[in-house]
Amino acid sequence: MEIKVLGPGCAQCAQTEKLVREVVATKGGNIVVQKVSDFKEMMAAGVMSTPAVVIDGVVKCTGRIPSKEEISTWIENAGNEGGSD
Amino acid sequence: MTMPTTPSKLHPNPHNAPLWNLGYFAIVTSIATLWWLAYTHIMPVSHWLVFTLWGFAPGSHLGLSLEFFLYDTAKILLLLVLLIYALAWIRVSLKVELVRDFLAGKRRGLGYFLGAFFGAITPFCSCSSIPLFLGFTTARIPMGITMSFLITSPLINEIAVVLLWSLLGWKFTITYVLVGMLAGILGGFVMDELKVQRWLQPFILEAMEKEPTQQYVHDSQKKHGPTIQQRHTFAYNETASIFQRVWKWVIIGVGIGAALHGFVPENWFAQNLGAGEWWSVPASVLIGIPLYSNVTGIIPIMESLLTKGLPMGTTLAFCMSAVAASIPEVMMLRQIMTIKLQATFIGYLWIIFTLVGWLFNSVGPHILS
Repeated sequence: MEIKVLGPGCAQCAQTEKLVREVVATKGGNIVVQKVSDFKEMMAAGVMSTPAVVIDGVVKCTGRIPSKEEISTWIENAGNEGGSD
Repeated sequence: MTMPTTPSKLHPNPHNAPLWNLGYFAIVTSIATLWWLAYTHIMPVSHWLVFTLWGFAPGSHLGLSLEFFLYDTAKILLLLVLLIYALAWIRVSLKVELVRDFLAGKRRGLGYFLGAFFGAITPFCSCSSIPLFLGFTTARIPMGITMSFLITSPLINEIAVVLLWSLLGWKFTITYVLVGMLAGILGGFVMDELKVQRWLQPFILEAMEKEPTQQYVHDSQKKHGPTIQQRHTFAYNETASIFQRVWKWVIIGVGIGAALHGFVPENWFAQNLGAGEWWSVPASVLIGIPLYSNVTGIIPIMESLLTKGLPMGTTLAFCMSAVAASIPEVMMLRQIMTIKLQATFIGYLWIIFTLVGWLFNSVGPHILS
């Protein structure tokens, strides 16, 4: 699974990345977290307000800091839909 | 991850939502009461602190400046916390993606107005300006409409309105909002007339050749509408992050304001930089443009400048130009705009704010009274 945190590098984006990494650390498994600050990539994903969280190419939220519970749910659902386990 | 996915997992905390809501409202009510108590006692407390506890002579410059500083800082910070929280609570569901879809395909004339209008009501973080710009442009929204949005966005927001209202009165507030909107609407029109689109960085023009991106965002809040807990979380985060960003600007702004208040003699500006000096307006806009400030910091300074007799037009022109553009912002926009476009943009701001300054220097005395 690949999680991308999109944002040019403001405080909110950094906070989102931190939360995502914290949740991922409790999950284990093969999850790659990546911080993206390239505007072209944001444009390609159709993201217009940051921070944004993208899991396996699906935009999960934009323009706000998600809660840990939300991130956790997204990861679990994405894992089930992908049929990886 | 072997747990089956139950529908309840879509809600972050479904088990005791009613209980949580009850507790939440109880806490909100008590905090609101405390807030009100604090707000109504700022004046007597700052007076008492300065002149009784610290023993400044009544009427001394330093004492008056200090009292003004304490009073204004406390008042503004309290108002800010209340407003950011309340508005974020209501505004969870307003998303720039919705604004984009709404603006796409609008006629030009109406489009500029709507662009400026949404610029005023959407929350804006300058680090979001580039993704937003790209999102609008690739959805084939005319560039002028996007420019209207970008010009109005930093100039007008709920924080500015509240600060202006409480410090300078409703007439000034309405004038400010109207002028800000007009600057945005006219800016969009001028940019489209000049066909500035050709001066965007090439990669954007390439992206515009392709299909417009309108990816649906699978935001969990969109399906159910946000719960009270989600609203609170959003509003709390919003308040914390905006507050952390602006509190120092408030203190700096009020500090400069207080220094002007206590030490610059009454009507000093009127005698030295009065409305009669035509060049003072374009000059102050030139100084304002590269300066970095946000609305929150500049409004307390505006108040002091005005009470010291700086003409209203000059004050508006200076403050709006300080807010609308700055060196850091121009450097960031460089990634999507060529030099030509940036020069046009800054040239427009200079001309429009100078005109605003001249206009209000002649009619100002009727508005501020």
